[in-house]
Amino acid sequence: MLPERLKAIPALSALEEQFPGAVESASDALGEPTLWIAKDQILPVCRFLKEQGFIRLSGITAVDRHPAAPRFEVVYLLHSLEANIRVRLKCRVGEPFELDSVTGVWRSANWYEREVFDLFGVVFRNHPSLRRILMPENWEGHPLRKDYPVHGFKYSYKDE
Amino acid sequence: MSDPEATLGLSPEPQGETETGVRRMLLNMGPQHPSTHGVLRVLIELEGETITRAIPDIGYLHTGIEKQCEALTWHQAVTLTDRVDYLANLSNNLCYALAVEKLLQLEIPPKAQWMRVLLAELTRINSHLVWLGTSAMDLGAMTVFFYCFRERENLLKIFEMFSGQRMMTSYIRPGGLALEPPRGWDKAVRDYIREFPQKVDEYEALLSKNPIFLNRTQGVGYLSLEDLLDYGVTGPLIRAAGLAWDIRKSEPYSSYEKFDFDIPTRTAGDVYARYQVRVEEMRQSARIVNQALDGMPEGPYAADAPHVVLPDREKMKTQMEALIYHFKLVYEGYRVPAGEAYQVIESPRGELGYYVVSDGSAKPYRVFMRTPSFGTLQALAPMFEGRLIADSIACMGSLDFVLGDVDR
Repeated sequence: MLPERLKAIPALSALEEQFPGAVESASDALGEPTLWIAKDQILPVCRFLKEQGFIRLSGITAVDRHPAAPRFEVVYLLHSLEANIRVRLKCRVGEPFELDSVTGVWRSANWYEREVFDLFGVVFRNHPSLRRILMPENWEGHPLRKDYPVHGFKYSYKDE
Repeated sequence: MSDPEATLGLSPEPQGETETGVRRMLLNMGPQHPSTHGVLRVLIELEGETITRAIPDIGYLHTGIEKQCEALTWHQAVTLTDRVDYLANLSNNLCYALAVEKLLQLEIPPKAQWMRVLLAELTRINSHLVWLGTSAMDLGAMTVFFYCFRERENLLKIFEMFSGQRMMTSYIRPGGLALEPPRGWDKAVRDYIREFPQKVDEYEALLSKNPIFLNRTQGVGYLSLEDLLDYGVTGPLIRAAGLAWDIRKSEPYSSYEKFDFDIPTRTAGDVYARYQVRVEEMRQSARIVNQALDGMPEGPYAADAPHVVLPDREKMKTQMEALIYHFKLVYEGYRVPAGEAYQVIESPRGELGYYVVSDGSAKPYRVFMRTPSFGTLQALAPMFEGRLIADSIACMGSLDFVLGDVDR
């Protein structure tokens, strides 16, 4: 399943052995290891990779593939300092837009998950305090979705 | 940006007294507090003068830069990267350019690479000067502020000489540099960098052994290395806690591997250690700039890629082909092969990463900016809690975040 170069990374070959069904596909495009992880397996996979040395979570973000389904790709940017390797985990998230929170694995996930919730509307289950972070509390809609216009819903250049 | 009182069920009224008769209260620091260096609001729960709980509230400077990038072409989006971190404009230009070049698989000529290193290090000096001046001023050392801004002014003049802009430079672009470096640039930089180490001595003479500064900074704001890494903190803060991790060494980009410099580290992990690390980094940056000046390769300042790089002005006016390329590039932009890339660099504040996704068109499909300040600010609450409110000012200064970088 894993390409040859990724098999050479001990943490990733151990991951494939430990969680046989979790890795949907993998690629090594542009020299950046990328693993597609099954949505319901993301929490155990992250916990396992942290034990394997990926003690840093650089960030979490999402990509909206609207109108394709499943709509969102949630992206986890992991970094192992001792092996000096970066790995990207990706999850396809269709309706309902819900995913397990990884705040229990890395505390830095807290704000990144809030940001993805705020700007994309993906809900992270068991997050300690999932509320908007960048937009005002009473904001309607999720600005980074592709069906959200750049100028917002309230104003339109056409009216001017 | 939200309403933490309502969400967290806190009442703005005084919260009564503890058993020992210390009054509890809720203090709203910011969003317009001078020590936050931007628009940050921190809600602080106090018992007497001790902070029992801190809740940072961000988003006041959110301008939707990532969303706006999706509406512009790859070429136009460079101008937005300047505006993310207004003290490290060229670092953001560089990171974005490297990410796009990775997708384009474009080879950059050596002169452009070295020039980028030189400018990135000048940017580091610029950013550290502002940090040193403002964080020392927060602790009452007004003189340092004026000294630092004097040197920074000269640096901004150098940036203006290169790009025509003091701050929003947009000078590093996918494919190389925006313009041929101006005549006499090397003399300006050389003059500046020759004087600079003496200036750093001056700052150190004012601060390093100053008893007030020592009392305010030593042993203050400590967090263990494990905690810092777990909260997503990067850069000088990690090095002040004892880990010699610098992306310029561990994942070299733009030919940093050809430069000789040290990674300053300290083990104390307090505000004073962060001060020492950053001051030493300024000296190391000056060293790198000197090496770049001495070894600057000859050659073009941008890649020979007419489908990406705007043609030379002279050629555009005299050659039909160059004029067509210019028209196509400005009117339609260049297409970037479908794919995604994550590029990291060591910005003055730590790990700066651009995650760019292309669908093969002339506009970015998604640009995610992993900004160092966003990670750093998550460590603010644990650093505050259990400390005196006066220490919070020293802590906040030592974190060196830029709110534009946090909110994007």
